[in-house]
Amino acid sequence: MLLLNHLWIILALPLAGAAINGLLGKRWPQSTVNSVAIGSVVLSFLAAAETVREFLGLAAAQIPFIGNYFTWMVAGEATPHPFRVDFALQVDQLTVVMLLVVTFVGMLIHIYSTGYMAHEGGYYRFFSYLNLFMFFMLTLVMGANLIVMFVGWEGVGLCSYLLIGFWFLKKSAADAGKKAFIVTRIGDFGFTVGILLVFATFGTVAFGEIFSQVADKPVDVLTTICLLLFAGAIGKSAQLPLYVWLPDAMEGPTPVSALIHAATMVTAGVYMVARMNPLFSRAPAAMLVVAIVGAVTAFYSATIGLVQTDIKKVLAYSTVSQLGYMFLACGVGAYSAGIFHLMTHAFFKGLLFLAAGSVIHAMGGEQDMMKMGGLRKKIPATYWTMFIATLAIAGIPGFAGFFSKDAILEAAYSGPYANLLLWGLGVAGAGLTSFYMFRLIFLTFFGEPRYDEHAVHVHESTKNMTIPLMVLAFLSIFGGWFAAPKLVGGIDYFEKFVAPVFAAYAPASGAVSPVATEVPASPAMDLLHALTGWPVIVGVLGLLVAWWFYIKRPDTPKRLAQSVHGLYTLLLNKYYVDEIYAALIVRPLLWISTNVLWHVVDEGLIDGTVNGTATVARGSGAQARKLQSGNTRSYAAWVILGAVGFTAILFGLLGVAR
Amino acid sequence: MGTQGYLLTVITFLPLFSVGAVLLLRSDDQIWIRRIALAASLAEFAVSLLLLRGFDSANPEYQFVERHAWIGESIQYHLGVDGISLFLVLLTTFLTPIAILCSWESIHENVKGFFVALLLIETAMIGVFVSLDLFLFFVFWELTLIPMYFMIGMWGHDRRIYAAVKFILYTMFGSILMLVAIVWLYGKAGTFDFPDILALMQSGQLVFPPTTELLMFGAFFLAFAIKVPLFPLHTWLPDAHTEAPTAGSVILAGVMLKLGTYGILRFCLPLFPEAAHRMAQPIAVLAIIGIVYGALVATVQTDLKRLVAYTSVSHLGFVVLGIFAFNTVAIQGAIFQMLSHGVSTGALFLGVGMLYDRRHTFEIKQYGGLATPMPVLMSFFLFISLSSLALPPLNGFVGEFLILIGTFQTHHAWASWASSGAVLSAIYLLWAYQRVALGEVTVEKNKTLPDASTRERIILATVAVAILFLGIASPLFTRRMEVSVNNVLEQTSGSRNASRPVVAPTAPGVAATIPHRALPAVAELQVRP
Repeated sequence: MLLLNHLWIILALPLAGAAINGLLGKRWPQSTVNSVAIGSVVLSFLAAAETVREFLGLAAAQIPFIGNYFTWMVAGEATPHPFRVDFALQVDQLTVVMLLVVTFVGMLIHIYSTGYMAHEGGYYRFFSYLNLFMFFMLTLVMGANLIVMFVGWEGVGLCSYLLIGFWFLKKSAADAGKKAFIVTRIGDFGFTVGILLVFATFGTVAFGEIFSQVADKPVDVLTTICLLLFAGAIGKSAQLPLYVWLPDAMEGPTPVSALIHAATMVTAGVYMVARMNPLFSRAPAAMLVVAIVGAVTAFYSATIGLVQTDIKKVLAYSTVSQLGYMFLACGVGAYSAGIFHLMTHAFFKGLLFLAAGSVIHAMGGEQDMMKMGGLRKKIPATYWTMFIATLAIAGIPGFAGFFSKDAILEAAYSGPYANLLLWGLGVAGAGLTSFYMFRLIFLTFFGEPRYDEHAVHVHESTKNMTIPLMVLAFLSIFGGWFAAPKLVGGIDYFEKFVAPVFAAYAPASGAVSPVATEVPASPAMDLLHALTGWPVIVGVLGLLVAWWFYIKRPDTPKRLAQSVHGLYTLLLNKYYVDEIYAALIVRPLLWISTNVLWHVVDEGLIDGTVNGTATVARGSGAQARKLQSGNTRSYAAWVILGAVGFTAILFGLLGVAR
Repeated sequence: MGTQGYLLTVITFLPLFSVGAVLLLRSDDQIWIRRIALAASLAEFAVSLLLLRGFDSANPEYQFVERHAWIGESIQYHLGVDGISLFLVLLTTFLTPIAILCSWESIHENVKGFFVALLLIETAMIGVFVSLDLFLFFVFWELTLIPMYFMIGMWGHDRRIYAAVKFILYTMFGSILMLVAIVWLYGKAGTFDFPDILALMQSGQLVFPPTTELLMFGAFFLAFAIKVPLFPLHTWLPDAHTEAPTAGSVILAGVMLKLGTYGILRFCLPLFPEAAHRMAQPIAVLAIIGIVYGALVATVQTDLKRLVAYTSVSHLGFVVLGIFAFNTVAIQGAIFQMLSHGVSTGALFLGVGMLYDRRHTFEIKQYGGLATPMPVLMSFFLFISLSSLALPPLNGFVGEFLILIGTFQTHHAWASWASSGAVLSAIYLLWAYQRVALGEVTVEKNKTLPDASTRERIILATVAVAILFLGIASPLFTRRMEVSVNNVLEQTSGSRNASRPVVAPTAPGVAATIPHRALPAVAELQVRP
């Protein structure tokens, strides 16, 4: 019980790292900055691992295990509705998954960054922010109440802002950072009101205390709460209609894209919905909304991914799409499948970004896939690891993504909240995913080089970059195997592990757990069914089409683009959503603020009235000036006269003078 | 009400006493004038901390009370603090040394007069917070205006005369109405003593007919609302803030605006409870308009100092909203927000002032890319902006959130509308920060600007620590407020009941069961004593 009783240590380590590097790192050589940054995260991972080991020894009644450290906010203690927030951390099965994913993937990406950022200015600043991010992300997943979670939630948003705008000399980077913060804050508006309604309804913000009362509350209130909280998730996890910040966030250094905008922070919305599952499970209408938003986003952003040529933009839209799958899972009640996909996605998408970073590094900063090609032989470690990640995300049987995506689509097809339309969107999206990912692989690594081979000296990345790739590649294959026994009639170990979180407060009537209740006809049939299901078929189909388009008949894409020119342009311009938002919201708001509120209301109406009064006063003052000339004294005289006058009028009016 | 020495008198008049010391120095001895002023203000802060040691947070009565006859029988020298005024006094004594330190190098003309004015303002502001006699209160209230008028008018920027006159006329207008109301109250109660007047109301000996009460409430409220400033009475503020020297803006935003919200909470609510409840809805609507309006207008400002000035309209809207939610949590949040806004917005003005010291302009266009030549100053600027945009766990979040969560208990819609302020504050602050700090340096002169000096680092680090401390250790503050806040709420509902002796002459508890909507009609029938 060494660490379980001191959960704060897991957070304090990266916070200390951030503070030390932030305050002192400027004068230090890179190696010292590295030791502090990597050291704190490695220790944090080890602390998390030890915590998990101790956690596994706990009895079910001790879970969630809560550590309460200090009272952070308190008001109205003596009133019937006291408001009190403790800085409390908790560990349960869901936290364990998040804790390990965040610290382990975070650790790998820290190591990778020592190679990727080696030649950048502001090295210490970068690692200080990255450590600070770890602190807030861990706060988010370990918080034992909504407010501590919100602290982490806003904190990761801050770090995202700082890291997207890391190269702040570039206007596009500064713009993107600001956009990310503001757009997610629009969602947080909903989150905030949701928290207010939670407190008004339950009289507490602590998870356990909320969940234990959930059965007595009316469905419409729960639905409202869920929809408000989900608004926060839409912003943070970049879903329709607030996804617009994530593609722009690719302005940040690639390790940041991998850690924050793929593996961890953007999944916070999914985590939050899963965390609040006792509420969502009792609000079917809200769940339907979650499922619809997830499925539509999954399909929608996959279509944009089809035509992007910037390697990171493809991955960004892919992330939006994959997050959509996670929400689809939550929306159809398959929370564990959603979290499972969150985990495997952290592995393979983290890997895809890191590998893309390695490609960009090798190409001397080039991100346009049209200017790559044939890199397979030159950077083999990057190629192979990225290829594995692609197989994983495409849902090719045996790889991690296959198990998690299959579980989601299965729940959408036959689970308690099954919805064939949403399932169809999911399957279609899976096909598109496979296509755009293999398109990326073929354009980058196959064919003839489309860059000046004399100008660009393609080189494989250093060990500190390739080893994290390999570790993640390993996990992109085997990270999904927890669920593998299920294919032959056995148990999905992942689901079994996290089940208590989703079963503890589940409504008695509805089956929330996505566990297929019917006994399979035979293990072999089950396996066959899974391997020949639609997700696999479309995955392979996507691969084949991409192969046809980009290897076999490389002129096909161009011809297709010409024949469906309108659609192609629409996709290339991302449905013009940014332009629409600018025209409908941003510009009118600025125009009204400037030309109506400021110039008309403030300067015209209000000041006009004030100055008008002043003009009248000045007019009469001009008369008075003939009698009296000193202006300070005349002000004073007027003030006294006015006071006497007012007093006289009021007293006369009220007749209250004694 | 036990008397605990003369601590409040010392705290109130120590700055005035130091004015004497400063006056003894030769006018051209600028160094010693500064040093004495700073030493005096630091000593003042240290002495004011003694309040914390002796303060009993479980005691609902005023503490450190001093009461002596002053002018005749009815005007008394009556001082005291409770959980509401305690921290506002500390905020004043905390910000004054900072205001002095930030004027160290930027004030060259009539240095003596400047620091005299600053110390006079400190005495006057503390006097406002600790006065329990309405006449004494009014004297201090008016006393804050004169040195501030001169500070803006003499040491201000280009349009300082216009701004100073606008400031004084706007506030004088409100003050006069309040004076009338105070005199009227005296006429009714026979005393200027605030606790005595409340006691008369509690016992039913002093009853206001509803229309009269509403008028009197209006007279007080208008004076305070101008000071806050509540939309649409705010247009003096951007001018005054922008034209004032940095120290003036820090004091204006940091403390002076709170004289208004403090006045509302201290006087308007308990003295005129019925009217306060009747006017709560329209006032809350104005507060919410102010939150959104102030933020939107701030967004599009081209002058950095004006931008910061407008944020006050937005942030003080939260405070007013919290007060009129009539809910312990919301009012605690409102008081906390007063402190928090004082530190954060004061700090924003400090940052803006430091830029002005270097470039003598507030135009945002003249800046850009400053993070390159001055990383330290810009890091502080970002940190302060984050606190102002209510990023948890910093101070701004605690205040806003307590207000929201308290207000939401009674008024879902009010709190929900107000929540949008958090989105808007992120927009105007981050956009402003980007235009000032990020990107390439666009103006040649800015490339060689020096980063924060040691003096500036001390100032900024001090406020940064305060921001973090307020944010993380908020219970140290809110717990000391609660009893007093409940006391005010009780007075605000209790004296309402007492004003209906027909139903229950001396038992407010029984009367509390009657819905207050029926009250005006009943009270109309009262015969005035």
